[in-house]
Amino acid sequence: MAKITYIEHDGTEHVIDVKTGLTVMEGAVKNNVPGIDADCGGACACATCHVYVDEAWRDKTGASSAMEESMLDFAENVEPNSRLSCQIKVSDALDGLVVRMPESQH
Amino acid sequence: MSDPATHVVILGAGHAGGTAAALLRQYGFEGPITMVGEEPIPPYQRPPLSKAWLKGEADADSLALKPLEFYPEHNIDFRASTRATAINRGAKTVALSDGSEVSYDVLIIATGARAIALPIAGSDLEGVMFLRTAADAELLKATVGPGKRLAVVGGGYIGLEVAASGRALGADVVVLERETRLLARVACETLSTFFKAYHEDHEVTFELGCSVTAFEGKDGHVSGVVLADGRSVACDAVVVGVGATPNDELAREAGLDTARGIVVDLETRTSDPAIFAIGDVAHRPMPIYDRMFRMESVPNALEQAKQVAAAITGRPAPAGEAPWQWSDQYDLKLQIAGYAFDVDEILVRGDPATSKFAVFHLKGDLVQSVEAINSPPEFMMGKQLILGRKPISKQKLADPSVSMKEVAA
Repeated sequence: MAKITYIEHDGTEHVIDVKTGLTVMEGAVKNNVPGIDADCGGACACATCHVYVDEAWRDKTGASSAMEESMLDFAENVEPNSRLSCQIKVSDALDGLVVRMPESQH
Repeated sequence: MSDPATHVVILGAGHAGGTAAALLRQYGFEGPITMVGEEPIPPYQRPPLSKAWLKGEADADSLALKPLEFYPEHNIDFRASTRATAINRGAKTVALSDGSEVSYDVLIIATGARAIALPIAGSDLEGVMFLRTAADAELLKATVGPGKRLAVVGGGYIGLEVAASGRALGADVVVLERETRLLARVACETLSTFFKAYHEDHEVTFELGCSVTAFEGKDGHVSGVVLADGRSVACDAVVVGVGATPNDELAREAGLDTARGIVVDLETRTSDPAIFAIGDVAHRPMPIYDRMFRMESVPNALEQAKQVAAAITGRPAPAGEAPWQWSDQYDLKLQIAGYAFDVDEILVRGDPATSKFAVFHLKGDLVQSVEAINSPPEFMMGKQLILGRKPISKQKLADPSVSMKEVAA
């Protein structure tokens, strides 16, 4: 279990307890947190679960795969700390993680 | 904002219906919501049924769009294992299969599509299956495995995904297709040839241009597929994947305008202003192609769920869309954007022999559709070009050394 803070583009915060083994995307979607669309359900096929990982957490969330990099490269408003949240697995080590959502997923 | 006394009734608890219910709450809709679903479980993702789930890489919890408790917590009355049997537009009521009746102020029809059955002898034998629901997938998963022989009728995307998953589970797989090439209705020849070779490398066998005339059985269980030329293909299980047909009968009987599905506008409103229709059942406008058609895809279900939730809550309509879909087979990621309407040229970017290439369907110098194999940049940029209707240089597009960003610049 990890407590994850999802911050919408307008600043609205959602603090959610997410089960180990789920992805950061699933933690948001299953709790109806707005701002993460995840059209493909986690297949790394759509880039609509884009988040910005808080600087303090970039190492712990690991590196992105070549496929993820390639998808992100064409998403909008990409920053160095951009990730696809369907590719970040939740573990106890991510307790306290903070992610921010972009203005739009399209 | 809508009147808090408005009662929204959603017929169908699939990807479209479930997403519409959740989005209505996300968009601040406060009235009661009733969602009626034929299956015993709350809305879930269907795409993994033929992919990750079939291979045991996803479980029931991860398939669910939302946990079961989400619905009562958000004042959504989810009626499982229940079907609508009639819509009374005058009284604004829906009759349900449990004998009860529910009244609505706003009705959303999200009844989806069902797998087409073959009208041939033996279709009722045990082991002759479809892949549409979680229950179908459960049955299939329990049936296929090492030493089993699976016959797949239909060489479309579902058939090929089942074939790939069947191989991953250790079964022998034969695909039987009526047309002389795979994916005949949905993809170009380059892709058909590529997928056939890729599956053959994974020891799937094919019978193309064959007509299935019957299923034969032993002790009530399927044991073979009979072809028109008299041959019989032995098997322990069959998956029939020959397309789907919209569940639009209720709408027809209620007198709503229908074509190939329920006719709706860009707000997903039907010919009755109190009734909307979304997802696989809707025959809808697609402005970038200047025509109406019916789509069977999750992105379409999600897009229309956004459109209906916006229309009901008075939010601005979502931005324009380029339709898209995806398929996973073995280690291949296929991403498709757009539909190949009015195409006068097909351009292949990259080399199919490398399993990394994209097929662009062009109308003049406009991209109508792209099929991208292991090529996210071609898919992502192609999707933007389709939506933006921006002319491109064919010379640049055909040259993989020119980046997609430069092609689109």
